[in-house]
Amino acid sequence: MLDLVIINGQAKGIIARNLVTGEIERFGAHAVVLATGGYGNTYFLSTNAMNSNGSAAMQAYRKGAFFANPCFAQIHPTCIPVHGDQQCKLTLMSESLRNDGRIWVPKKMEDVMKLRKHEIKASQIPEEDRDYYLERRYPAFGNLVPRDVASRAAKERCDAGYGVNETGLAVFLDFADAIKRLGHQRVEERYGNLFQMYEKITSSSPWEEPMMIYPAIHYTMGGLWVDYDLQTTIPGLYAIGEANFSDHGGNRLGASALMQGLADGYFILPYTIGDYLSHKFAEPKTDINAPEFAEAEKAVKERIAKIFAVKGTETVDSIHKKLGHIMWEYVGMARNEEGLKKGIEEIGKLREEFWKTVRVPGTNEEFNQELEKALRLVDFFDIGELMARDALNRKESCGGHFREEMQTEEGETKRDDENFMYVAAWEYKGEGVAPELHKEDLKYENIKIATRNYKD
Amino acid sequence: MEYNIKVWRQKNAKAKGHFETYHVTGVEEDASFLEMLDILNDQLIRKGIEPIAFDHDCREGICGACSLYIDGRAHGPDDQVTTCQLFMRHFKPGATITVEPWRSGAFPVIKDLVVDRGAFDKILQAGGFITVRTGAAQDANNILISHDDAELSMDAAACVGCGACVATCKNGSAMLFVAARVSSLALLPQGRPEAARRARAMVAKMDELGFGNCTNTRACEMECPKHVTIDHIARLNREYLKARFSE
Repeated sequence: MLDLVIINGQAKGIIARNLVTGEIERFGAHAVVLATGGYGNTYFLSTNAMNSNGSAAMQAYRKGAFFANPCFAQIHPTCIPVHGDQQCKLTLMSESLRNDGRIWVPKKMEDVMKLRKHEIKASQIPEEDRDYYLERRYPAFGNLVPRDVASRAAKERCDAGYGVNETGLAVFLDFADAIKRLGHQRVEERYGNLFQMYEKITSSSPWEEPMMIYPAIHYTMGGLWVDYDLQTTIPGLYAIGEANFSDHGGNRLGASALMQGLADGYFILPYTIGDYLSHKFAEPKTDINAPEFAEAEKAVKERIAKIFAVKGTETVDSIHKKLGHIMWEYVGMARNEEGLKKGIEEIGKLREEFWKTVRVPGTNEEFNQELEKALRLVDFFDIGELMARDALNRKESCGGHFREEMQTEEGETKRDDENFMYVAAWEYKGEGVAPELHKEDLKYENIKIATRNYKD
Repeated sequence: MEYNIKVWRQKNAKAKGHFETYHVTGVEEDASFLEMLDILNDQLIRKGIEPIAFDHDCREGICGACSLYIDGRAHGPDDQVTTCQLFMRHFKPGATITVEPWRSGAFPVIKDLVVDRGAFDKILQAGGFITVRTGAAQDANNILISHDDAELSMDAAACVGCGACVATCKNGSAMLFVAARVSSLALLPQGRPEAARRARAMVAKMDELGFGNCTNTRACEMECPKHVTIDHIARLNREYLKARFSE
């Protein structure tokens, strides 16, 4: 989807590019539902499928739909670590592994160095020289702390220099105790497929040596702002699933993305969209020859022509990788004011670089994967910038969003409920213009809000 | 490391295809096969050569999109993997690697290595679903399923619809795919109401779309990345026969 068509203030259709023929097509409707997923691939490396993108949501945003809480991105603790700069995709090892696996790094720096040089194996490090840091820091929850906490704790150990692979960005997830306690067969029944998958990718067997894991971008809690009917701020435009912001607040819990997909798609939207459509029965079928469609189609064609016209030297992926580095560095697991400002500046520079140096071969009128990627990257720049802006505005640590300035003495998140207990909904104000912030206050009537505690 | 990639180039569905050989350099041993193609494409674009189109998405073996025939085998020389889970450490440095799209009349080439597997969607649309009742869900304890049946059904449901079975079969048969779908639903009570209709409709659609029949060579089973076995084809045959007699 390359544009949203609005007629008389209501969503009436979309403009899309046929991936096989390249034809720019018009689709008219009485309402538009976006079920287009999240924007985790802004970071280039994530656990999302490679073709996942935030373009549909971005087109809606540019046409006036508010975008809520963009800074809330979930970083999943149990992914296979990055192996070099040629990697395109991070593989998620299921969270269930933390039920029986124990996470640790060595206590002694000399063991870390030997591990990196492959002079010793993890299994040779004696029990007393292992730091089961989650069990140490969070005795009550141990290895089962929520994703954001487990991710930050892994980062903390690796930042302190205890990362266990050559890049220094990995921790161990160990099943030796589980195999002893439960026996080979029970562990095989529970995790056999995951062990096989891990071994295929890394050529190391979790039966003999602990797995290596590191956090990676996994899910985006932010998205298009919707009301209880899942309607965005544009009448007739609905957003469901990861594309909206509605269910997870600042932090998503395991398995609840699937829950949201089912709830939004099966149980909510079929009942709420009828109310909107019932007022449209008298209206004729949307005419795709209306001037609004022609205008949107023209803008899309111009955007595509502009990309081809650059005729530079750099590939789309190489620029996207740079965006990923900026995002991970400044809008990643730990953020601060200086870094976020720098990030916004860097994204702006990279966007300029894209429009001067990108090279997209071929033509529009064919199956053209480079063009697809380039169109998405144009939107990823804007999403990345919006994420950084939102993160800069939210001067508190909340859920997946960790501001270094706002932490307790023990390095835990510190919220500021007095000033930030609101949904930040951003309104597009034009290219190169700062978006406008709208605050939707959160009111809790039946529960008392509290601070998370996984220590006791 | 360096490799010579002998790859099928075809501009579009109507054009005549041919092999081209390209030299790719600087590939890490831990790179996946698809990452090697990314690296090659990056090098091609910088040389002004059009990149190789190939299908991919999840890159973790669950979407079934990466349909490549590598050195004469579906998904390449490793067992029980999709191409995205195949790593360059399985190839000798300097080797010439032949890469082709799936070859099957029912999967026409769109461009280079990308084929149209829409035929699988049509088979699914013919019967790969259950009736969805609306209203309150039943109590889960009302529908008891034995552990063994649930496991068997899950084994069949592991099929990702990649098409390796079709590409490998000398008859171009989609029996393993259809069997996986019919079998996973037939083993569960939720799938029983439409079991007969499903078996008839999906087999009829498979025949109509030009897939061949099964002669039990088990080639499909050998190449299936999810290790779906031909036991499920036996179950499909039984479901189909029952359905025909009950017509």
